[in-house]
Amino acid sequence: MPTVFRSTIIDAPIETVWSWLRDFNGHERWHPAVEESHIEGVRAADQVGAVRTFRLATGAQLREQLLRLSDRDRSFTYCILDSPIPLIGYVASVTLKRVTDGNRTFWNWHSTFSTPPGLEPALERLVGEEIYERGFAAIRALASARMPEPVSVPPRARFALRTTAGSIRCSAVAIDGYGGPDVLKTREIEVPPPGPGEVRVRHTAIGVNYIDINIRAGHYSQFTVPLTPGVEAAGEVVDVGEGVVGILPGDRVGYAALPPGAYCQYRNMAADRLVVLPASVTDEAAAALLLKGMTAEYLLRRAHRVRRGDFVLIHSAAGATGLLLCQWAKHLGASVIGTVSSEAKARIAREHGCEYPIVHTREDFVRQVRSITGGHGADVVFDGVGRDTLTKSLEALALRGHLVSYGQSSGSAESIDIAVLTPKSARLSRPVLFHYIADPAELRASAQRVFDLLARGVLKASVNHRHALAEAAQAHRDLEARRTSGATVLTP
Amino acid sequence: MVKVYISSVIDAPAGRVWVHIRDFNGLPSWVPVVADSRIEGGVPADKVGCIRNFNLKDGGNLREQLLALSDYDYSFTYNILVSPMGVQNYVATLKLTPITDGDRTFAEWTAEFDCEAGREQELTNEIGNNVFQAAFDNLKKQLGGR
Repeated sequence: MPTVFRSTIIDAPIETVWSWLRDFNGHERWHPAVEESHIEGVRAADQVGAVRTFRLATGAQLREQLLRLSDRDRSFTYCILDSPIPLIGYVASVTLKRVTDGNRTFWNWHSTFSTPPGLEPALERLVGEEIYERGFAAIRALASARMPEPVSVPPRARFALRTTAGSIRCSAVAIDGYGGPDVLKTREIEVPPPGPGEVRVRHTAIGVNYIDINIRAGHYSQFTVPLTPGVEAAGEVVDVGEGVVGILPGDRVGYAALPPGAYCQYRNMAADRLVVLPASVTDEAAAALLLKGMTAEYLLRRAHRVRRGDFVLIHSAAGATGLLLCQWAKHLGASVIGTVSSEAKARIAREHGCEYPIVHTREDFVRQVRSITGGHGADVVFDGVGRDTLTKSLEALALRGHLVSYGQSSGSAESIDIAVLTPKSARLSRPVLFHYIADPAELRASAQRVFDLLARGVLKASVNHRHALAEAAQAHRDLEARRTSGATVLTP
Repeated sequence: MVKVYISSVIDAPAGRVWVHIRDFNGLPSWVPVVADSRIEGGVPADKVGCIRNFNLKDGGNLREQLLALSDYDYSFTYNILVSPMGVQNYVATLKLTPITDGDRTFAEWTAEFDCEAGREQELTNEIGNNVFQAAFDNLKKQLGGR
């Protein structure tokens, strides 16, 4: 009877690691092989006897039952109830132990099962490497993201982490009044040492997003001028403020966060908004991908749950977010339909997993969607365009379809009478990324999924346009004129 | 009942660590506080039930009996028969577990005992830090670095 045994050391306190692993349904948040999971019926995830149904990235559907859960031993045991993989009589246990020397965690994952004759080596490898070792790597990455937990730090440790460098003078691109690209002006700013809970970051790459244009144009009244636009960047930690633990000077970090202020060389950021970058992700890729990648993550997995076989309609499919949505939706097993403005962009979208690109300047997308889906319509529409497309997006929906309006690059839509939803029992939502990553744990998990798919080659960081920081206005003009495809990055 | 638990990571394969610490008569070679050791009655040191009689560098004498030894689990359990520490019902277990990731060793040393009220903290520190952790630190020096 094969026995698989794997163990590792996680560089985090046992309480932290146990809080991640204890949730029997939590594997969908941290295990890269698990695409989606839920607990059957009305049981809680920590109820012994609970059954989790989940789907692997390969499409395989499994059911597993919790047999034992001990908060005292920090251990649980579970078995497989149903699986297309012939792991017969599979029973596994996860046990954590405290490494008192260094306050780390020993993690032991152990199972026994039988298999049809001859399959032992292949299945031992599958369980040991694809499930256990990949799980270790994911939790290790979570631990090394080392977002500060709310812990009290002894004064000496805090002192040791602080540096006392003074203000740094550097350049920034800012606006004094709302308007076109020309309101963006380069100026000198002074960045003081980081305050409590803050980290001072030296930017190495800054992402350009449509939200920057909307903020510059004055579409969001909560951001008052004068202001520095930019909500996404990557760089190196210069120094950290009081009370910040777990992030050290020299760490490579990235963020996608409000308030705006990224168009500059140096900046102070709240430590709990930063993600420590893995070695596999370059600064430029993080600046190009973090906001758009996490947008794709929350749209396809949380604002709506895309399922295998769904017809998904993505507007601006060749835009930076559109390309990521196409790649990720295809990875989830959906049939991807996308609208683009030209034949050249149709080609780019097709290369990124968009099976049915529609050139909307030439063809009516509602009619095309109807014909591609055999009259069914789109199960979900991801619409970041807004005013120009929203009404027709509703028309393209299937019965009980979901219109996810996540942006407004053409301007905000007219008010909508909910009666328009009735003929199809349609659902309309207007989600915002920042609400889906407000919790630091959700932020980490979302970024981790993006990094993982990037490392696996499922997502490609298409940085096709680079400008110096001082040329931010040109970057805005190109984006507004829809002359870009893929991401635009500013180099400070 | 007082319980002491110390664990550490030794950067060497568990099989190698086990060979180094398995000898019930071998404390002087890896536990810094121990000066010398012999097995009473000349019986083999892996005979379960044997008694080791050893002296500490600071002069104290102890007698400990081997209660369990497992080459399968890489673990041994022993109790104290005589010691100058003032502990009763002292039973300790040392166990090694392989860390497959990196071929290292997770080492755990647990002790349970009774003592006079008020001495718990002092004895926990003495046993946990000065004996167990010091021995683990020494193992890391002796076996780490490959």
